[in-house]
Amino acid sequence: MPKLSAKSATLLVLAALIAVTPFFFPSGYYYRVGALIFVNGLAVTGIVILTGYAGQISLGHAGFAGIGGYACALAPTHLGLHPSLAVVLGAAVSAVLAYLVGRPILRLKGYYLAVATLGFGILVSMVLNNERALTGGPDGIEVPDLGLRGVLKDWGLELSNGQFWYFLCGIALMIGAWIALNLHQSPTGRALRALHGSEIAARTVGVDVARLKLQAFVISAVYASVAGSLVALQNKFITPDIAGFMHSIEMVTMAVLGGAGSVLGAIFGAGVLTLLPQALTVLAEYEQLVLGLVMMLVMIFLRDGLLPSILRKLRGTGE
Amino acid sequence: MSEFLQFLFSGVTVGAVYALVALGFTIIYNASDVVNFAQGEFVMLGGMITWFAHAAGLPLPLAALIAIVATAALGVAINKLAIEPARGAPVVSLIIITIGASVFLQGAAQLVFDKQIHSFPAFSGDTPLRIGGATIQPQSLWVIGGALLVFAGLWLFFTRTLLGRAVLATSNNRLAAQLVGINTNFVMTLSFALSAGIGALAGVLATPITLTAYNVGIGFALKGFAGAMLGGMGNPKGALAGGFLIGLIEALTAGYLSSTYKEAAAFVVILLVLFFMPQGLFGRKSTERV
Repeated sequence: MPKLSAKSATLLVLAALIAVTPFFFPSGYYYRVGALIFVNGLAVTGIVILTGYAGQISLGHAGFAGIGGYACALAPTHLGLHPSLAVVLGAAVSAVLAYLVGRPILRLKGYYLAVATLGFGILVSMVLNNERALTGGPDGIEVPDLGLRGVLKDWGLELSNGQFWYFLCGIALMIGAWIALNLHQSPTGRALRALHGSEIAARTVGVDVARLKLQAFVISAVYASVAGSLVALQNKFITPDIAGFMHSIEMVTMAVLGGAGSVLGAIFGAGVLTLLPQALTVLAEYEQLVLGLVMMLVMIFLRDGLLPSILRKLRGTGE
Repeated sequence: MSEFLQFLFSGVTVGAVYALVALGFTIIYNASDVVNFAQGEFVMLGGMITWFAHAAGLPLPLAALIAIVATAALGVAINKLAIEPARGAPVVSLIIITIGASVFLQGAAQLVFDKQIHSFPAFSGDTPLRIGGATIQPQSLWVIGGALLVFAGLWLFFTRTLLGRAVLATSNNRLAAQLVGINTNFVMTLSFALSAGIGALAGVLATPITLTAYNVGIGFALKGFAGAMLGGMGNPKGALAGGFLIGLIEALTAGYLSSTYKEAAAFVVILLVLFFMPQGLFGRKSTERV
């Protein structure tokens, strides 16, 4: 029997999870939670490319989610674009912005990069909060319907709203994971991981460090942007919270909790941190407390993240 | 002119707070090469604990003292429980740990106190002083004086005391310091206590003017970091100057450009400094050895 590659295995596991779990859903509400997990998983897959592969940190990625989300609110009304094209526009704007912002700040390392990206995220959420005339300010703004569900219905595929978003976000996550996994194996991915190991060593073997970091930053920004768009379209409403500092922190925490080095691990982290507040509504009060605690504990005791540590235990290897 | 003077006063006042935060960053950075993103939370805790203790009926000076001591103890706890166990971790991990500490402290402040905005009375009344057509609050003088005093105190500590020199030695070369018998773990603990206490003091002094709430820490951290970086990371003189400068830039942005986007000033400064002058105003150019 041919051995399954890690890439196919990951994608198979994901596809199976997305297809099979609905059979265990006691009510339609769970489709919504599932969709939320997939969207978060998509955004966090972008963090895997940036942090897990390339070893660079961003504390402002929610800014890109905000741009993607608000593109879906603004482009249809102001530019007359179809909402699905607004997703593309948001991704393009995010990519261009990531390129422009990334060029100066990705020369920075560690702390400086963290603060610069943090500042970027705060700037975006400041604009969304302050430009009331355009964005509706802190109260948020309505987002038009995607309209795809109606098209599917005409084709004879009738889905509830929850089911539709569950599968759409699931497919988006599959595509995102597939791209990230392909990137991992490509020469670019190998160069990124070399950069993670030692930037100087990577440079001496001829890796264009600056360009690579910028690529990883732009790609991960597009992931966050598309995820933001999907949240906005699904809720048909969006507030500046999506671009807030806490959302950036959530993304990073999801990635490191599950294991930023692997796509599946990060998606697992997204699942855990999305389910936690849903499962324990009492926890809402303690959300920040728990988030902060998780960040510290995982980084101190399980630096590779939850899933890789569990898998190692299961395999029983001491590596 | 009097308008400019007014912006100057408010800039110097908030700048003094940023300078104290920047000094806190500097102390910990020098002792351990860690940038502690929870630095802003110390300012928040200084203000919140003082408000809480004062509201519970304690006299203001006692409440302030409790706040500073309690925050210093929390700083030590963060070092012992989160930073020391992670020694040797990559920078990204350390960033996530201190951000985690910051988020944790915010969450705890929400639970222990509340989500409201708070203040307590100024130390010596609210009658503004008139200087050259502009006014300045007496509390502003407390803040500015506090920052200068702390700086002078730190300078004496680092240059005139054995303990202070031990800290400097540790920041220069950890291993060499250990070899001559300096307890570097104690130096780390001391640095965290000092910088948390200084942060809390900043919160105590500033709250009557800037108000406090559970979520003000991140703003102070960002601007304090910008100040420390503008001055040259790791340089106390630079931290002082950088903090004041950030305050001034922010006040002038608010006055002449846009008050809604004054918060963006610190970020723009960060970018410009990193772009044109990565070593900061007072920093030495360093080359990394591989």
